[in-house]
This record gives sequence, structure tokens and C-alpha cells, in this order.
Amino acid sequence: MEKWQDNRAWFLVLPVFVIVAFSAIIPLLTVINYSVQDIFGPGQRVFVGAEWFKEVLGDKRLHAALWRQFLFSGLVLLIEIPLGIIIALTMPKKGWGASASLVTLALPLLIPWNVIGTIWIIFTRPDIGLFGATINKLGMSFDHTASSLDAWVTLMLMEVWHWTPLVALLAYAGLRAIPEAYYQAAKVDGASSWSVFRHIQLPKMRGVLTIAVLLRFMDSFLIYAEPFVLTGGGPGNSTTFLSIYLVKIAVGQFDLGPAAAFSLIYFLIILLFSWLFYQALQNAGKGEG
Amino acid sequence: MKIKKRAFILGFYFFIMLLPIYWMLNMSLRTNADILNSFALYPHNPTLSNYIKIFTDSSWYSGYLNSILYVSINTLISLITALPAAYAFSRYRFLGDKQVFFWLLTNRMAPAAVFLLPFFQLYSTFGLIDTHIAVAFAHCLFNVPLAVWILEGFMSGVPIEIDETAFIDGYGFSRFFMTIFIPLIRAGVGVTAFFCFMFSWVELLLARTLTTTNAKPIAATMTRTVSATGLDWGLLAAAGILTIIPGALVIWFVRNHMAKGFAMGRV
Amino acid sequence: MARIDLKQIAHSYHDGAQKPEDFALRRVHESWDDGGAYALLGPSGCGKTTLLNIISGLLTPSRGSVFFDGQDVTALPPENRNIAQVFQFPVLYDTMTVFGNLAFPLRNRGVDTEQIRQRVNEVADILDLTTHLKKKASGLSADVKQKISLGRGLVRSDVAAILFDEPLTVIDPQLKWHLRCKLKQIHERLKLTLIYVTHDQVEALTFADRVMVMHGGKMLQAGAPEDLFEKPEHKFVGYFIGSPGMNFLSCILDGNIARVNGAAIELADATAALAKKAGQKLEIGIRPTYLKVHSNKQPGSIAATIKNVEDQGSFKIVTLILNQQTLRARIPEDQPIPDKKAWLSFPTQKIRLYADGQLLRAQGAS
Repeated sequence: MEKWQDNRAWFLVLPVFVIVAFSAIIPLLTVINYSVQDIFGPGQRVFVGAEWFKEVLGDKRLHAALWRQFLFSGLVLLIEIPLGIIIALTMPKKGWGASASLVTLALPLLIPWNVIGTIWIIFTRPDIGLFGATINKLGMSFDHTASSLDAWVTLMLMEVWHWTPLVALLAYAGLRAIPEAYYQAAKVDGASSWSVFRHIQLPKMRGVLTIAVLLRFMDSFLIYAEPFVLTGGGPGNSTTFLSIYLVKIAVGQFDLGPAAAFSLIYFLIILLFSWLFYQALQNAGKGEG
Repeated sequence: MKIKKRAFILGFYFFIMLLPIYWMLNMSLRTNADILNSFALYPHNPTLSNYIKIFTDSSWYSGYLNSILYVSINTLISLITALPAAYAFSRYRFLGDKQVFFWLLTNRMAPAAVFLLPFFQLYSTFGLIDTHIAVAFAHCLFNVPLAVWILEGFMSGVPIEIDETAFIDGYGFSRFFMTIFIPLIRAGVGVTAFFCFMFSWVELLLARTLTTTNAKPIAATMTRTVSATGLDWGLLAAAGILTIIPGALVIWFVRNHMAKGFAMGRV
Repeated sequence: MARIDLKQIAHSYHDGAQKPEDFALRRVHESWDDGGAYALLGPSGCGKTTLLNIISGLLTPSRGSVFFDGQDVTALPPENRNIAQVFQFPVLYDTMTVFGNLAFPLRNRGVDTEQIRQRVNEVADILDLTTHLKKKASGLSADVKQKISLGRGLVRSDVAAILFDEPLTVIDPQLKWHLRCKLKQIHERLKLTLIYVTHDQVEALTFADRVMVMHGGKMLQAGAPEDLFEKPEHKFVGYFIGSPGMNFLSCILDGNIARVNGAAIELADATAALAKKAGQKLEIGIRPTYLKVHSNKQPGSIAATIKNVEDQGSFKIVTLILNQQTLRARIPEDQPIPDKKAWLSFPTQKIRLYADGQLLRAQGAS
């Protein structure tokens, strides 16, 4: 399939370009503008160069938030990707069971993010929550408002509960695209179910898994609403992730300059890691014998 | 039996997954006093009082209408603009095509928190603050690139020869696109609409920042009312349950498209 | 290597099917000799792939049993049946090299490394794959991929049968011939039982010693290619095989004469005797090749109108109208054709008679 060479195709892209540019480029320029100025009030601003970048890069609390963020995103990927694949493998291939599973699975994805937080507050509170009360009854103390570990556990549970379905849906899409003949050939060849997974299903899912890893990485790295509702970043700073910290600086303290510099660095980190993941997943499965 | 083991694992997962939602439903059918007094696995004296309160208070139900309105506008804008663009990316090579495609995707990675303040200023300049269109536009930032990305995948699955044949047969571009091409990727359009709806419906940060009263989303209404009434758990749970319903309805209506879209192997 | 017996096989894709329409396969009873080459021929949806999958064990038949060398294998999964199966579209393990692909079935069975290398090299040699062994399996051309799929079946030393499910569908026309020769050569060299599913009669007739024509889940006729051509036992076989298919004319019996809307066609004594027993509603069947077209009246010939002439290169196909019934004749390229009117003669030895779609046969004759 050979694509046509024609620059007039730009006319088709133009509406998208305009609408996205309006929402992306102007605000981005504003952010860049802020990041190199000190703003005292309307019309009162001074050019400060890389001052804010230096300040932000030296901020100890930001370093802590960054490491917390990496730990969180890393755990998210480690748990959600394999779990999502397992669920996709257990889903029925056709019939009413397939439709029913798809609908049920997609349910958590369609709940507004702050409601997700609410659901988990209600579910894990030691006084009224099923989960919190059960754990406490088993003799362990559990309170995500008091213990950092408990807050993390709650947050991980919530995140896995919320987003594993997306990975499962994508993996399921990948699995459905594998022609039946592959499974038949594998049976004739006497392949074990592990071999089928390793040599047929996993390689054929590479495309959708790339999308899944990228989406999950980006979104978990940007997480804001759920921990904000659940813990507000606490107890202490134990669940203060980058977005929460950023909003604290920008809105709470109204330090626009550092917040803007912070935003740009944040954006670049995501860009860099997304690119690395993309490259790694594209090359995975190419160099083996 | 292998099949039974699979069904068991899946059933177990769904059971765990639905528990928190069930718990919220349980809470929503009880009064706040009842919730705080006794711990119960199911409502002993189920009451709809929380729901009645929501449906009789306009600050509650208008939140719903606001959310549904801006989400629908956003889904519509995303689809209408993304369809031709995705077609261009799947069919043509043109100056800067790869760069533009990548640039579009990077917007999916921009932290919403980064754009809060500039967005507020931008939409203030145009006098759009607290309008549905402002939120719909703001959500285009991540939904339009996503829609282009998904649709491009579906369109690349349609052989280019179909287009060539149609043009030779004398179809004009717009007639070909509307009567032949879009029906071919119907399932893909369904899946795309689903994802646009989903990401716009669940987003709160931008929606809350750009609205004050007239276009305030239901999810934001929830947080406000909670702080005002001092944690009425029953009411909060009822509002939460109600925010799930539109999403559940949407999945129900697109479920066949989704199954088909997934069978085409593109998402 | 094995002799394959199918005993009263029926299959339905629905549970608890009772009506005949629910069955994709309705009662197949066949025996296939060790080392023979067989083809299952029929239009799509006739049940041929279902039957193939029952033999390989990918499907368990709703009814009946499958025997390999007298042993009941109905309940055995494919990996324990020692068959090789090649599918319509090439199936390759993309992450492995060609060597890895060929070695895969042996590795799954725990064969030791040295033996694997030896077998793979042998098979690669037979299939002309030696130069490809170290390459990645993805990115090869379709015919090489199909050879690798076949090779994965052949590496096992204990293969009982090779099953092909329309293996040439995705192969370029110019390579089809080459690959078909290769398959035939392998069959002769390894003396394996070979079952070939296709909807292409040319493939089936050139490839197999015995061809089974299937339609609507039933096996209509099994026989050597000549038998299928000369004595189609069922009208469908007559239509489906031959190009163009057999002519059928409804007729009424009158002594040794068959009357087609008044025109008289003379029958051989034996044929007429059979027809008398069969009764009323009869049809005459004759192959277009055997129909003689004359420019002028000959003894025993019948007048017909010429409707259309198609030039096919080495021969011509003439469409004629004989008393409102259409029939076709296939005549040599160099024979002149009259303008409008022609005289047809029906060689008595080549005339077949059908009642209710079935060929009339002498009792006890095959």
C-alpha cells in the first residue's frame, strides 16, 4: 500500500491543527513566558533568565516528589500490565459473555476521577468502609489518613482497580486480532500454553501493549485528582506527587515563575520517558533468535 | 477443565472489582445517621432520600446536564475534526506529516496541571469562562490527538485501493468519504467516540478551573457540597452512583461497536 | 504413516443439534489407504475444512469415530496424532528464525539438540530452505512461508499424514505451479498419506489419486479423477467438475429412445434397461467434450440453434438451444462452426441418465 504524495492533504489536517494549537501553543508560550520572568502583579514583571529553572532543579521537595512519582509509575506498570494481560486471556472470545465482560470491565474507566477517590474513601475508611473495617477486624490497624504505608497501599489498590481494565481492553483487542489458524498450528505442533503465549500471543500483542504502556506511564505520571481527593497528598508529603506539588506551588503559593519552570521540566521528563519506552518496545522481540 | 478455571479467575476479578462500587451503592441507600451508627453489609432499611435530595436540588441536577452537554460537544468536535485529519495521515505523505503527528501525540502527555493557569487566562481573554464550549475546547487538547491516533489505525486497515476505485468511478471526495469510507470504519468511529466520551467525562481538573456556576460539572458539584454539608456520606455516595450511570449507558450502547472494533484489532 | 478410517462421522457446531440442516457434516464414512494422495473438493461451506479439522483433531466430531491404523484416535488431541497441517494462510512464529520455526515441534516434544539439528537440516534440504535457515521468519515471501509451515509438520519422524487446507490461496500464480510440483515430489519421496482440501478442481484432479467431492456436508462421490469425469454419480459432481460442467436435459423415455421435448436421442440397450426400472422423471447427462456439433444433417443427429460462441484459445465453447433447453459443447479450435443452425449427435456410450439427481447404475456395479 503506497501512500499518495500531496501537500494539499494539509487542508484535511488544518481543523485539527488549529483547534489543538489554540489549546496547546498559546498556553505553552504563556508558560514559557512565565518561566523566565518574575511577576509581581499586572504589568509588573522582570526578566530573570534561568533563575526559576535553577531554583526548581535545586528544590529538595521536588526531588522527593519526583522519586515518589517514579516509584509510583514503576509499580503501576509492573502490576497493571501483567494483570491486564492475564484478565484479557481469561475473557471469553465471543457470545454474550464477551459483551458482558467488556461492559463490566469498562465500568471503572467511566467514573469521574474524583468520584474514584470518593469510592475508595468510602470503601477503605476504618469506620464505615468494608475494606478498612475488615482489615481492622483481622487485627491489623489500617488507616490511610494516618499511616503513609496505608495511604500508599490504598492508592495502589485504587490505581490498579481503576486502570487495569484499560490495559485488559487493549490486550484483549490485540488477542482478538490473532487469526485462529495460529492457535490451530500451535496445537498441531504440540506447543504448551506457555509457548503459545510466549511465541504467538505476546509478539502479536506488541503493538497494543506499546500503547498500553505509554498511556499508563503518561497518565500515572500525571496523576492528580485521585490522590488529591483520597489523601490530599498526605499524610505528611507521602503521597505528594508531581502534579499535586505543582498545583500547590502554582495555585496555593501563586509562585507562577517556578511553577512554569517546573511544568516545562515535568513535560520534558514525560516526553523523554515516553520516547524511551516507545523505542524499547519497538525493538523488543526483534533481536532474539 | 481449563474453561472453568478461566471463568473462575475472571469471575473472581469481577467480584473484587465490583465490590467498591457495590459498597458505594449500599451507602447511597442509607441515611447518614444510619451509616455512622451501624456497620452493615447491605442496607437494612433502604431509603431513596439521598437520591430525592439530589433530584430536587437544581444545583445538583444542573451539574449533570452541564457535564453531559460539554462532553457531547467535545465528542462531536473531536470526531468531526479528527476524521479528515486521520484520513490525511493514513492516505497521504505531505510536508511535515510525521512531525505534526508526533506533535499531536505530545499533547496527550502534557500535564493538565501545567495548563491550568494559562488556560484560565486564555479563556478569560475570549470571555469564555464558565461556558460549556470552553470546557469542550479545553478537552480537545487531549481528545483530538487521541481520536486522530485511533482513527488513523482503523483507516490504515482499509486498503487504499478502495479509495482509488471509488475515485475512478467518479465519486467526489466528500461523497466518497461520507457514503463509502465512514461506513467502512463505523466500528472504529464507535470506539473513538467511546474513548472521547470517557476521557472528557472523567476529567475534572480543567473542567473545574474553567467553570464557576453555569457550566459546573457534576463531579465538581460533589466536592463543593461535601465540604459545605460536612461529609454527608449517604448523599456523597448517591451522587457518586449517579455519575456512573451515564458512563454505563454509553458502554451499553456502544458495546457491539466495541466488540467489533476490538475484533478489527485496532484501538 | 497411517491408514485412516472415518466411521459414520457427523459434526455440528451447535450443541444438541437434531435437524439435518444444523450439521456442517452429515455422515461421512470413508477409508483412506496408507501413502495415498487424496483431495477433498467442494465449494466453500461444503464441510471440507470441518472434515479436515476432525482428522487432525482440532475438532472432535459430534458423532462417529476416527481410526489411524485401526486405533481409535477420536479423543486424542492434535499433538498426539502425528499429523502435519498446512493452513490457508501461512502460520509462522515471527519472533524465531526459520531454523527455530522448524525446530519448534521437536523442542515441544523434548527431542535432544543434536537430533533436532539433524532433522531440521534434512527437512530444509528437501524443501530448499537451507539458505534461509538463519533468517528471521517474518519478512519472507508467501511461498517460502508456506514451505516453512509444511516443514514444521515434516520434521517429526513419526508423521502419519499431511493435511493441506487450500495451501496455495495466497501464492502468486506463477509460483503456484512450482510449489504444487514440490508438494507432489515430497509425497512421492516420503510416501506419506496426503489429504488436500481445495475448491479448485484443477488442483484436486492433478494432485490426488482419489478425489472426494463434497457438497452441503455430504460426500457425494469419491473416486479417481477419470471416474468423476466420466461417471459423475450425482448431478452436482457433473456440474462442479469439468469446464464447462456437464449438460443436463430433462427427457421422457420411449423404448430405447429418450425424448427431449420431442427430439429423439437414441440410448444404448444397457442404459435403456436401467432407465425402465427408474420410472418417470429422468435427465440425460452428457459432457460438453463428447457432444458432436455438425454443420449439416447427419444420421441420428438433432437440430439445434446456436446462441453464442466463446473462443477459449485452444478450444471453443458453443452454447446451443435444443427445444428450449440450453446446453454447451466444447469443440476443437480448428473446427468450423455454422452460423445459426447446427446438428448435434450424442455418442451412446457417453450418455448418462439421472433420476432425482442420482446416476442410474446397474445393481452391484461400482
